[in-house]
Amino acid sequence: MTMRSVSTTGPKILEVTDLKTVFGTRDGAVHAVNGVSFHLREGELLGIVGESGSGKSVTMMSLLKLVPMPPAEITSGRVMFSARDLLSLSPGEIRKVRGGEIGFIFQDPMTSLNPVFTVGFQLMEPLRKHMGLSKAEAREKAASLLALVGIPSPADRLDDFPHQFSGGMRQRVMIAIALACDPKLLIADEPTTALDVTIQAQILELVRGLRRELGMSMIWITHDLGVVAGIADRVAVMYGGLIVEHAAVEDLYASPKHPYTHALLQTLPSLDSERAEKLQSISGQPPSLDAEPTTCPFAPRCEFAFERCFRENPAIRSTNGGWAEDRVSHDVACWWDIEKGAPRDDG
Amino acid sequence: MTADTMNVPGNAPGNAPGNAPSPRSDTTPLMRVENLKMHFPIHAGIFRRQVGTIKAVDGITFDIKRGETLGLVGESGCGKSTAGRVMLRLYDATEGKILLDGVDIAPFKGERLRKMRPRMQMVFQDPHASLNPRMTVGSIIAEPLDEHGLLKGAEREERVEELLDAVGLNPAFANRYPHEFSGGQRQRIGIARAFALNPEFIVCDEPIAALDVSIQAQVVNLLEDLQARFGLTYLFISHDLSMVRHIADRVAVMYLGKIVELASRQDLYATPKHPYTQALLSAVPIPNPAVEATREHIVLKGDLPSPANPPAGCNFCTRCPIATDLCRVEDPEWREIEPGRHVACHYVE
Repeated sequence: MTMRSVSTTGPKILEVTDLKTVFGTRDGAVHAVNGVSFHLREGELLGIVGESGSGKSVTMMSLLKLVPMPPAEITSGRVMFSARDLLSLSPGEIRKVRGGEIGFIFQDPMTSLNPVFTVGFQLMEPLRKHMGLSKAEAREKAASLLALVGIPSPADRLDDFPHQFSGGMRQRVMIAIALACDPKLLIADEPTTALDVTIQAQILELVRGLRRELGMSMIWITHDLGVVAGIADRVAVMYGGLIVEHAAVEDLYASPKHPYTHALLQTLPSLDSERAEKLQSISGQPPSLDAEPTTCPFAPRCEFAFERCFRENPAIRSTNGGWAEDRVSHDVACWWDIEKGAPRDDG
Repeated sequence: MTADTMNVPGNAPGNAPGNAPSPRSDTTPLMRVENLKMHFPIHAGIFRRQVGTIKAVDGITFDIKRGETLGLVGESGCGKSTAGRVMLRLYDATEGKILLDGVDIAPFKGERLRKMRPRMQMVFQDPHASLNPRMTVGSIIAEPLDEHGLLKGAEREERVEELLDAVGLNPAFANRYPHEFSGGQRQRIGIARAFALNPEFIVCDEPIAALDVSIQAQVVNLLEDLQARFGLTYLFISHDLSMVRHIADRVAVMYLGKIVELASRQDLYATPKHPYTQALLSAVPIPNPAVEATREHIVLKGDLPSPANPPAGCNFCTRCPIATDLCRVEDPEWREIEPGRHVACHYVE
């Protein structure tokens, strides 16, 4: 069971405007993020979906300046969080935000824990640094966090090293670390991708429970449209470093408006409906991102592409009249209207 | 048997694509394994004494009919890749029979084994790791031909071009190196290499797991096309249950070295019998929020036990929602509950 608590009026906890990140490499610049804007309200879960190289992880890393600079450079954008622009903070100030006010769960639980320190030490570190707890207090809090994420006999396991935990248990430890300082926002970067489906189901259940109990605001990055369908309130689809579609989760799956989202949903073989004789596939390759897009990045692979798509890059615009008290804006960056089967009216 | 195993590689590789080997009328399954076991020793201490065994594959029995695709699903560490590799004789089986066309190949050694190899090939999971970065695509694809000494000179070049064309790559790419290709294209190169000797049986070990969603469908469609064109038999190993539902004719579900359920695709997905299969299917997220919101998830407790120390009785008893004392003592028998439908559980009617 999921709760759908799309709030259209609650306070905005995070607002990102026109974020751009460029990597300088030996072979020239790679434009990983090309002007991404979104916001998150309190208690919401925003899913960010995209394939590898679509810029979803770099976007989230850029928010906290976790991208290595250089070679990366955040060339434009504003990230408003708690009435501050995170991008203008000094290294010392942003370190307080990371792991303190914003928790981050990384993809691979095998490599993101330090193998030479005990799990307890790694859990207590943020508690002592950010919250100023004493060693004994931190230990107690750490044990209660492990209990919260469903690790049996938590007090004893604090002295174990990461290799003594299984993959699913390690991801629980990562979640416990991210939750340690009662963050206002939790960013999860493909937290279940490295896990088996039955373990993934356990973690998803855990996250649903935590949201119910703590009312956590979350951003969940994934390439799995199935996972997002089960937990997100709103979804943003990324392609070529841009958000190409955004909608409430029901709207996105019921009536995808961008040809990419549309095609992506078609390529998935289903577990319950009629088996298709042949899978739909999206021909071609993802874009190379060696320049900022001036035309639609999906046009070369798009079945609806027409002359304008190769000339101008469509801006993302609302298709249902924008945000309202009881409505989530359904935004799309496309010149073509799939439902009408004709180009969109204006430009 | 020798005549049978010997003549196949000879008759095959020179053929142009399109000359599919004629399907035989006999009903012998192309591949059958009987009580197959693969145990790996664990060594420890300064004398490297054996202190235990990992029972990666612990007694599996099934057949694969000519021209069909058998899906083998399970979570990581359940032994599905080991099963595929031991069937190809990449490992020496600890016990059991591997019958290729009715001939037990498990005891084959040396030259006899090498001569048999062109009949069975493998497509690997990671297209970044399974292609030698220092070899050109042409030499990668031609390596099986060279190894088995089948084609030389212009014929060899021609065969490479033909294979590249068959997997949807430009034959002019033969002189390029693997790093110049994307993940999906590299997987096509791996597929071309597996097809070079016109094998009858191909083990696809998670061939799409490392690829993006939009590219996965391209590769699966290619595998299906090639199967139809050349009358191939596949063992399709995957953890992606929805993709297996698409590609497989029959599906075997593996847990901790054993197959717990084997059924036709329709039966397995419509009415899973084994509690593990039920849990596995219910754990797959469905890309439809309306369905997800109302669906009951069976969430299994705990993790996969270690295959070095499997539980007594049924392997699944530590996580099974319906386990009883009987399950903790007695290993359930592998039985046929309906024609063509096998399950290993005490409580399935």
